[in-house]
Amino acid sequence: MWRSCLRLRHAGRRLLNPPRGALTASVRPGPNPLIPARAYAPPTERKRFYQNVSVAQGEGGFEINLDHRKLKTPQAKLFTVPSEALAIAVATEWDSQQDTIKSYAMHLTTLCNTSLDNPTQRNKDQLIRAAVKFLDTDTICYRVEEPATLVELQKNEWDPIIEWAEKRYDVEIGSSTSIMGPSIPARTQEVLVSHLASYNMWALQGIEFVATQLKSLVLTLGLMDLRLTVEQAVLLSRLEEEYQIQKWGNIEWAHDYELQELRARTAAGTLFVHLCSESTTVKHKLLQP
Amino acid sequence: MGGRSSLGPVVPFSGWLGGRGGSWRAVGRHWAPRSEDGKMAALGSPARTLRGLLRELRYMNEAMGRSYRDTAAYRYLVKAFRAHRVTSEKLCRAQHELHFQAATYLCLLRSIREHVALHQEFHGKGERSVEESAGLVGLKLPQQPGGKGWEP
Repeated sequence: MWRSCLRLRHAGRRLLNPPRGALTASVRPGPNPLIPARAYAPPTERKRFYQNVSVAQGEGGFEINLDHRKLKTPQAKLFTVPSEALAIAVATEWDSQQDTIKSYAMHLTTLCNTSLDNPTQRNKDQLIRAAVKFLDTDTICYRVEEPATLVELQKNEWDPIIEWAEKRYDVEIGSSTSIMGPSIPARTQEVLVSHLASYNMWALQGIEFVATQLKSLVLTLGLMDLRLTVEQAVLLSRLEEEYQIQKWGNIEWAHDYELQELRARTAAGTLFVHLCSESTTVKHKLLQP
Repeated sequence: MGGRSSLGPVVPFSGWLGGRGGSWRAVGRHWAPRSEDGKMAALGSPARTLRGLLRELRYMNEAMGRSYRDTAAYRYLVKAFRAHRVTSEKLCRAQHELHFQAATYLCLLRSIREHVALHQEFHGKGERSVEESAGLVGLKLPQQPGGKGWEP
């Protein structure tokens, strides 16, 4: 079987070799140079091809320079961000890549790329609706009925956050143990939709991202309003998992891996929203003589 | 805020989770304790957050052999912390926001570092080669001095 496979590959390569100068390398199909020929090995990552990363201020905002080249998004748009802090954070991400570029660890860059390119081509309403949709199956509203210790834990840890959200936005959310989830009144949805409409497009991308990661809109709101820290929000989102880990033990390569990844993504999303929706002004007080 | 959990010795969440490296502090069973001025005590002190951030920057730059003080991130952070320190209001909202953002960035840097480390250790090595797999059960591949004929 191996013999026939190899023969096919060689034949394919000969057929697909275009005449010189006809097609560019990107168009030519054939064995992907990034994936080694063995059965399964992790695809070779791009090597770090730049020495210095710097931030420059352009017309549309702040840009990132890798050596002398300007950073571009996957759709080849110029990478511009409105906030200096965000630009410095993205530059730090690029700067921290040693030898290979681990794009799965560059969450802020990914968020900026998504906001600039908008590959799913959603407008503001669609984004808001996608985020508010999580409310129907919000993690912290969805309760179990047994075991009793978990029920109690959910009540003690999740109820305060629901109360806070209800008070802060003057809505009704409630919790439910039914399989259909909590029934959110229409007024709640309207209030939250209009609240989210006050954020700009970039911030909304971040909010929708965080809600998708935490599987809860209420926890996302808690993060945006500085009610919860990232570690707390992640913990509350993973409450049942943490409970089971406590009971049955922790598996580092699964549990810790997921925990750190979730923390990284949530932190990136939260920071992204805060940096995209703030405007810094420094007011100097006159010193009294 | 919330009743006391009657979980007894089974779930000492506060002590256990505090040791996981998170930057929040739990008092008793409450995960988001509030001090008298209503701010989150779970954030800790700004000095601690700044120290943690500088440590993360140091780790990042040590591997590349240059000083973390040359980075744009260091300069920005130090400037921001210094600028917001001087305020006459104890309940300064901007100060709290900055601290929250700094703590979030610290969480980001820390968790990325741990995530990449875990990935390298557990998920980054790919499949074993045929020789290694045979070696797992104590077998060795046969040697063919002339090669296998159809190999290049």
